[in-house]
Amino acid sequence: MSTEMTHTAETQNPADKTLFGFWLYIMTDCVLFASLFATYAVLRNNTFGGPGGGELFSLPFVLTETLILLTSSFTMGLAMLASRGRAKRQVAYWLGITFLLGLAFLVLEVSEFRHLAHEGNSWRRSGFLSAFFTLVSTHGLHITVGLTWIAAMIVKVYRSGLSGHTIRRLTMLSMFWHFLDIIWIFIFTVVYLMGVL
Amino acid sequence: MARLMDRSSDVGKHTLKAYVSGFVLSVALTLGAYAIVYAHVHSGHVVISHAVVIVSVLAFAPVQMVVQLLFFLHLGAENKPRWRQMTLIFAVLVVLIVVVGSLWIMRNLDYRMTPKQINQYMYDQADGGL
Repeated sequence: MSTEMTHTAETQNPADKTLFGFWLYIMTDCVLFASLFATYAVLRNNTFGGPGGGELFSLPFVLTETLILLTSSFTMGLAMLASRGRAKRQVAYWLGITFLLGLAFLVLEVSEFRHLAHEGNSWRRSGFLSAFFTLVSTHGLHITVGLTWIAAMIVKVYRSGLSGHTIRRLTMLSMFWHFLDIIWIFIFTVVYLMGVL
Repeated sequence: MARLMDRSSDVGKHTLKAYVSGFVLSVALTLGAYAIVYAHVHSGHVVISHAVVIVSVLAFAPVQMVVQLLFFLHLGAENKPRWRQMTLIFAVLVVLIVVVGSLWIMRNLDYRMTPKQINQYMYDQADGGL
């Protein structure tokens, strides 16, 4: 028992400490999203005479967004797998695919926002729409940060190869990206699927 | 040390198999929840009762979360002491308290006060200043 305690990589290796610190950041980000989900859940019926989710959301459109983001989470995993085999070009390739899928997701999201605002259903319309825009665009903002990070990592991998330091950063990036997909599962379920019911 | 490594379950390992299974399961769960809602809406809300649909759709999300935590974030392969699992459980607890607590309080408020009373109360509060 005592040897198990002293030999655990989690507490001994400084690289793992960095990863654990990043994991803690992600957990606190979960709490941020929890407050936005709570606000949305409370305000979802406060449409102020305006349209509700059933009239505004298109299910096939959201399913497309969801599958694109899910696939990007998978390709991020493939990039991590390639980094373990120290295959530099492959890592850059999968990161590139992940970037394009993430960008496609973001473009779809922004086009949905533009469409809603164009029809007069912006965040000013009702409490429901304020909560909707805040929750979904906070996720979108995280995606934007993630895309910038992916682009920076592609350059980094090409320039300086796969050092231990770079692989650690890649691991944090993949954690962040998988986390964003998990948050999206809940947006997909709570906002869109429940919205049309 | 080797014994410690062996104990980590196959699910959490960084293998192509883990990522592919995670992806296939996630797609299946997404399409499953989608199909239930789609069928319900297009059948004119008659095939299954509304409450059953809501509960089953809401149940799909945590299942998919667990699938991705295991297959994408390799949470099952973590060595002891499992700090990530512990902090995750704590975060889930806080999330549930915030979400369920907010809904509970607001529902209670809605039940006990009329909109006019709520408005008057908020007006009085604002009148008192910060």
